[in-house]
Amino acid sequence: MARVVFTGNFRHLVGEDTEADIPASNVRDLLNRLGERYPALAPHLDEGIAVAIDGEIHQDALFSPVGPDSEVYLMPKIAGG
Amino acid sequence: MAATSNGKANGATRWIGTRPVRPDGVDKVTGRARFGADVHLPNMLVGKVLRSPHAHARIRSIDASAALALPGVKTVTTRDDFNDLSSEFVPAGEMLVNYRDVVRNVMAREKALFEGHPVAAVAAVSEKVAREALALIDVDYEVLPHVLDVVDAMAPDAPLLHEDMITAGVEPTPTKPSNIAKVVEFKLGDVAEGFAEADIVIEREFSTQPVHQGYIEPHSCIANYSEDGQAELWCTTQGHFVVRGHCAKLLGMDVSKLRVTASEIGGGFGGKTVVYLEPVALMLSRKSGQPVKMTMSREEVFRASGPAAGTRVWVKIGMTNDGRITAGEAVLKYQAGAFQGSPVQPGCMCAFAPYDLNHVKVVGYDVLVNRPKVAAYRAPGAPQSEFAVESVVDELAKRIGMDPVELRLKNAAKQGTKAAYGPTFGPVGLVETLEEAKAHEHYRAPLKEGQGRGVASGFWFNIGGETCATLNLGEDGTIALVAGTPDIGGSRASLCLQAAETLGVDVERIRPLIGDTSTLGYTFLTGGSRTAFASGMAVVEAGKDMIRQLCERAAKVWDIPVDAVEWADGEARPAGSNAGEFDPLSLADLARLAGKTGGPFVGRAQINAQGAGPSFGTHIVDVDVDRETGRVTIERYTVIQDAGTAVHPSYVEGQLQGGAVQGIGWALNEEYIYDDKGRLQNPGFLDYRIPVCSDVPMIDTVIVEVPNPTHPYGVRGVGETPIVPPMAAIANAVEDALGMRFMDLPMSPPRVLKALEDARIAEAA
Amino acid sequence: MAKAHVTTTVNGDPVEFLCDAEQTLLDVLRDELYLTGSKEGCGSGDCGACSVIVDDRLVCACLMLGVEAEGHSIETIEGMANGDQLHPLQTKFLEHAALQCGVCTPGILVAAKSLLERNPDPTEIEVRYWLAGNLCRCTGYDKIVRAVLDTAQEMRGG
Repeated sequence: MARVVFTGNFRHLVGEDTEADIPASNVRDLLNRLGERYPALAPHLDEGIAVAIDGEIHQDALFSPVGPDSEVYLMPKIAGG
Repeated sequence: MAATSNGKANGATRWIGTRPVRPDGVDKVTGRARFGADVHLPNMLVGKVLRSPHAHARIRSIDASAALALPGVKTVTTRDDFNDLSSEFVPAGEMLVNYRDVVRNVMAREKALFEGHPVAAVAAVSEKVAREALALIDVDYEVLPHVLDVVDAMAPDAPLLHEDMITAGVEPTPTKPSNIAKVVEFKLGDVAEGFAEADIVIEREFSTQPVHQGYIEPHSCIANYSEDGQAELWCTTQGHFVVRGHCAKLLGMDVSKLRVTASEIGGGFGGKTVVYLEPVALMLSRKSGQPVKMTMSREEVFRASGPAAGTRVWVKIGMTNDGRITAGEAVLKYQAGAFQGSPVQPGCMCAFAPYDLNHVKVVGYDVLVNRPKVAAYRAPGAPQSEFAVESVVDELAKRIGMDPVELRLKNAAKQGTKAAYGPTFGPVGLVETLEEAKAHEHYRAPLKEGQGRGVASGFWFNIGGETCATLNLGEDGTIALVAGTPDIGGSRASLCLQAAETLGVDVERIRPLIGDTSTLGYTFLTGGSRTAFASGMAVVEAGKDMIRQLCERAAKVWDIPVDAVEWADGEARPAGSNAGEFDPLSLADLARLAGKTGGPFVGRAQINAQGAGPSFGTHIVDVDVDRETGRVTIERYTVIQDAGTAVHPSYVEGQLQGGAVQGIGWALNEEYIYDDKGRLQNPGFLDYRIPVCSDVPMIDTVIVEVPNPTHPYGVRGVGETPIVPPMAAIANAVEDALGMRFMDLPMSPPRVLKALEDARIAEAA
Repeated sequence: MAKAHVTTTVNGDPVEFLCDAEQTLLDVLRDELYLTGSKEGCGSGDCGACSVIVDDRLVCACLMLGVEAEGHSIETIEGMANGDQLHPLQTKFLEHAALQCGVCTPGILVAAKSLLERNPDPTEIEVRYWLAGNLCRCTGYDKIVRAVLDTAQEMRGG
C-alpha cells in the first residue's frame, strides 16, 4: 500500500483525511483509486497535478511505478521561467 | 571561479565538464545570427498594435474605417476577428492555460484591463503608414476606476476586473465576485504547536515591486499565412511548440498546418513563454494575404509584456534560544495582473524550502490588478517569498548572536528532510553550499568601515517534461543534433557535450540545431531550468538508440550475434576474445557503409523527463552604503550553487552570474512607476534602470556538484535558482552596514536616503 | 516627401541608399542595407545594442538619422572580422563564454573595439564605465569584462 499525502488545496477536497493508504502499482492506478475514494477530488486529477513518489517529482506520468511502500505526495504542477 | 566536485556519480568523463567554444558562437560574435527581427520576407507588410491608453475601460465601439481608407493600409484586426473561447483550463505543454483569458490578453474584448492592452492592430506597407493608421482608429472607451495594488484590489469595494470572478480554493464557495482568483494553502504539522516551542518569534511584513525580465531583444515575429489555410511563423520564443499550440487554438487551425520556427532568442528569462504578437500577426497575414512582421518597441515591451508579480508578504518564524527553528508561517499576496495566474503557488511551496521544519503554514492569494498579466521570471514566485523568509532568518540569527550560515546549517534541508511543501528530498546540495560559504575566503575577508555583509540561501524545483531529440549520422561520420528547446544561453553546447559523451566521439563532430515544429515531436519550452536536464536526457537516449543501431550493423558486417558487439570510445568492437577477431568499426566506417548495409542511422528519443533535481544556492554579498546619496554599492559578490553536474562549467557560471545580477537589479533599482491614472511612467531603460556594467563587481562563483541520480550524468537545472537569494542577501548586508532593515524593495537611493533621514530625525528627537 | 539620396562608406565599401527623413541610421542599416547585426533593443540610446563607429566615434545608430551618414564612414559588427579572421575581441569573447543569448554582443564588441583603439591598456574600472552604455541582461558582465581585459593584454603583446 502506498501512503498518499495530500498537500495544498487538495486537502479541501478529501474531507478530514490528510493522508490515505492506497494499493497501486503505478500513477494511473493510484489516481483512479483516489478518484473513487474521494469523488470531490476526481475532477482535479486529470490536469494540473504532480506526484512526488519517494521524493522524486513526476508530472504527466501515468505509468511511473509506485512501490508497495512508496510515499506519494499529491501536489500542484510546477512550471518555471 | 573554482569548481569543487563532491564525488561525481559517473566517475571520469571525457567531455562533460569541459569548456569548448559554443557551436553557435561565431555567428553570435559576427552579427550573422538571426534573431526575431532580423528576417525580411518578399512582399512583407508591417503590423502595429493600437493599445489602450486607459488602465481600465469598457470598449463601447471600435471604428477602423478611416484607417482602412488610408493608402497603404491593407487590413485591420480587432476583437471581432477572434472567436471567443470558453473558460476552461486546458493543458498546453505543462502549463494549464485558460484560453478565454489568452484570447482576451492578445486582443481586448469587453474591456481594456491595463494600460497597453491591445485593442486593434493594422498591417500596412510600411511602419510609417501603419503608425499613421493607428491614429485613425476611433475607439470609444468608458473609463472605469482602476486598481493597482493587491491590498486595494482585495478590498470589498474594489473595482472588479472580471465581474464573474469567484474565488477558488475557499470553503464555502463565495457568493460574490472579487479580484481574488484563488486562495492556496500549504500546511505541515501544527504551527500553533511550533510557535509554543519557540523562545523567540519574529513577524514582519515585506513588499516587492513588479520587475521586468528585461531581455534586450523585444518580442518580434513574422507570420506568413497562405490561402490554403497553412501558415509559417518565425518568432523569438522560449518554446515554439507552445506558441504553435496557442496560435492554432486562437486562430482555429490544426497544429499540423502551422509551422513555427524559433529564431535565435535575445533573452527571455520566462518572459517569452507566452504569446503576444504572434496570433495577431497570423490574423493580419490571414486577412491581408501577405507576410506580416511585427516587432514591439521597448516601450510596448514594458507596458504590455509580463513582469514578475509585485507582492506583499507577511512572515512569522519561531526559534529556540539555541537556534532551532520551530515553526514558519507566511501569507503571500501576489499580483496576477489583468488575468489570473500569478506564481503564488510555487511562491508558497518555496518559501520555507531551505529549512527542515515540522510546522509550516503558508497561505497565498492570486490577486487581479490593472497591470499587464504577469509572466514567468526565473524561478517564478520564489524570489519574493524567499526574500521575506531569508530576511527574517537573518534577523533571528542576529537576535541570538549566531552566525547566519551556522543558523542555516543547523536548520538546513538535506536528503531525507520532509520538504516544507511536502515530499521528502532526495540528494540535495544546500548543506554543501553552506559549508562552501563558511569556508570561502570571502566570508572571512575583513570589511571596510561602513560596509556590511549578508548571506541568503535559495531554492527552486526545476522541471522535466516532454522532449524530443534526433541525431542524424551523416555519410562522413559527423552528426547533426536536432533539439526542440530554443537555445537561450548556450544549451546547444551542453547538448553536444552530452551527445559526445554518450557516443564517445569528438564534440567537434556534432553540429546542433533547433528544429522547427514540423521536424520534431512535441517538445515543451525552454524554461523551468529544464533544457540541459531534459533535452540532455533526450540527447543521451537518442545517442543510445544510435549506438544500438550501430552495434546491430557491426554485428551484421562481422556476421556475429549483436550481443557480441560493444560500443566504446566511438567505435564498435568485438566484445571479448570469444566474439572473434575483427578490426573495430568507427562511427565514420559505419556511416560510410550505411547504404550498403541497411540504410542511414538516425538516433531518436521522445521522452517525458521525470525526476528533475531541485537546486539550492547560497550567496554572499558585501555592500557599501553612501550615507549622503543613499546609493548601495555592491562591493563583492559570491554565488555558490549545486549544479548536480556542470556540463559546460563556463555556461553554468554564466547562469549564476547573470541570475545574481538580475537579483541585484530587483533589490536595488528596478520598479514600475505608475501615475494616478494607472499609466506607466518609466517604460524605458533610462528610467527603469537595470544593472549596467559599472554598477557591479566581478561575480565569483563556486559550483557544487551533488549529482542528480535521475539524470545519466547527474545534471540538475541551474538557470533559475541564482535569482532567488540576492534580494535577501543584499537586504541583510544593508542591515549589517546601517543597522536598518529594509522590508520594501527596491532599496533605491531615494528610499535609503529617506530611511537614513528618518533615523536622524528620530535620534535627534 | 521624396526620399533623400545618401552616399556613405560602410565597412570600407562605398554605399548609396535612399531614405526617409525620419529614418534612423539603424533603420537604414537593418531595413535598407540588410545589415542586421546591429540590434534595436530600445530605440532611445539606452541599451547600446546598435553601437556602430562613425568616423572613429562610438554612436548608437538609433540616435543618428540615416541622412546624417552622408559623407561619413560607418563601421558595423559585420566589418569587424577581417575576411575569415576574427578580430581578437571576437575570439576572446568565444573563449571566455562572454555571451549567452548574444543579442547585445555585436554592440558590446563594437564598443569594446572603440575602447581598445583609444586605450590599449584599460583598467577594469575603465572597461566597466566605457561599457556602461551597453546593457547585457544575461551575463552579469563578469565574463565580458574579463574577455575585454584579456584581449587588451593580448593585443599589447602580453
